[in-house]
Amino acid sequence: MTKALEIRQLRKVYSGGFEALKGIDLDVAEGDFFALLGPNGAGKSTTLGIVSSLVNKGSGTVRVCGHDLDTDREGVKRSLGVVPQEFNFNTFEKVEDIIVQQAGYYGLKRGLAKARTETYLKQLDLWDKRDVQARMLSGGMKRRLMIARALVHEPKMLILDEPTAGVDIEIRRSMWSYLRQLNAQGTTIILTTHYLEEAESLCRNIAIINHGEIVAQGTTKALLKGKQRSTFVVDVRGTLTEAPNLDGMNGRLVDEHSVEFDIDREQNLNEVFARFDQLGLDIVSIRPKTNRLEALFMDLTTTTQETSQ
Amino acid sequence: MNHPYWVAFSSILYKEVRRFTRIWMQTLLPPGITMLLYFIIFGNLIGRRIGDMEGFNYMEFIVPGLIMMSVITNSYGNVSSSFFSNKFQKSIEELMVAPVPNWVIMMGFVLGGVARGLACGLIVTLLSLWFVELQIHNIFVTVTVILLTAIVFSTAGLINAIYATKFDDVTIVPTFILTPLTYLGGVFYSVSLLPEVWQWVSKLNPILYMVNTFRFGIIGYTDIPVLAAYGMLLVFMSLLMGWALYLLHVGRGLRS
Repeated sequence: MTKALEIRQLRKVYSGGFEALKGIDLDVAEGDFFALLGPNGAGKSTTLGIVSSLVNKGSGTVRVCGHDLDTDREGVKRSLGVVPQEFNFNTFEKVEDIIVQQAGYYGLKRGLAKARTETYLKQLDLWDKRDVQARMLSGGMKRRLMIARALVHEPKMLILDEPTAGVDIEIRRSMWSYLRQLNAQGTTIILTTHYLEEAESLCRNIAIINHGEIVAQGTTKALLKGKQRSTFVVDVRGTLTEAPNLDGMNGRLVDEHSVEFDIDREQNLNEVFARFDQLGLDIVSIRPKTNRLEALFMDLTTTTQETSQ
Repeated sequence: MNHPYWVAFSSILYKEVRRFTRIWMQTLLPPGITMLLYFIIFGNLIGRRIGDMEGFNYMEFIVPGLIMMSVITNSYGNVSSSFFSNKFQKSIEELMVAPVPNWVIMMGFVLGGVARGLACGLIVTLLSLWFVELQIHNIFVTVTVILLTAIVFSTAGLINAIYATKFDDVTIVPTFILTPLTYLGGVFYSVSLLPEVWQWVSKLNPILYMVNTFRFGIIGYTDIPVLAAYGMLLVFMSLLMGWALYLLHVGRGLRS
């Protein structure tokens, strides 16, 4: 496997003494679509901040597309495009100027910079806003502006720290589609997100970080497969006064029309339908209580939290 | 010039120049108005009563100092406010993630400050032509000393902005250090008028050397040896640039 990102024993202690990273190892293959997940303060942004030279590392090694951060930081920077969590452009600058300016920092001459700016602003539906001051853009447009800015030097790897935070569903979907397209063209993408549905839908591999440690890492499919128990919610016709007895599935009354229950990987939903049928309850609808990745995330982060206390 | 560093440097400098020209009413106009008032009040009204200073008409004597004062405050203020605004808005991260060496970042911002300092110096010089007939005594000294001074104070402004954590921090140094040193740096008088002890104290003020050397370039009079001023300017420039590069290298105030 050719690695786009290789992290070994990465540690970071902030000046206040807070240990943000406790020696993490992380590998991301070239061409991968990878999610780094974790609760707030888990170490996601610190990790990506170190990779993108916005945070000083404590110890450990970081290699990006074969370039070592300690010995070839410039090579690392040329390989990377970074879309941070917070807006970090001069809001009084015009959209086009922000991108052309950034291209200049990567050594792109003005003619090429302007041509690339046009390409990416058009791809991200911002071309008609090119002469507008960035402060006048909506939240979704600002996020797309940061994506265009990160792509103008055509990096091999794109890092997105919560790219769809605060963005409406329609724009989020169009951003997903754009990122998929970019990944299909060969760009390695690493993202962090709080929308676990986003990670499940987009990413082939994920790592979950909690309290500065990687608590799970692998393909999204394999990690979800490893999840032992799922919770479903069933809506029934008629009125319930108490939770029905669902053998070994821990049935709980949600309201007078809904019941939730837990089901093991070995069991199948036919058993549930049969049991409801026996009880004379007509099922109107059935749905997972949470997104599968969300459930796994909660399991892993809650377990490590309890262990660490 | 196609080298990526040159392109990056030009981009930073272009952005800096565009910034201060876009807001010319805040950056270029006020120094012009302030200096015009100095010319009218100190030079014309009060100056007439003062008479000659070291054999020169008082207005002639103060013009070089006022031009230098404008260059110093504007070079410093441009870099300190621009770099701090970049930090405040986090747009400095655009440079930090890009493959731009620290010396290129430093030179881009410093020369941006030099450009504003010289632009203000030029405005003040043009305004002074209404009041005096300027004759350049030594063009080499005039140009080099103003350039070196602008570089020194732009670099100092950069260091101030790197350390600053709030807007107050970029106004403290100009208000409490720079302005008093400039006023006491022989802009309005010759230090030979002072008692001996205050002459000695004045000679500890680096701005005295800059003002006097520039005055020598314009009218041919100085209170201090010109070579000493060049030596001091080069030492200050080297020390401040070394300091600024070190701060950028360790990421002081930029990377946690």
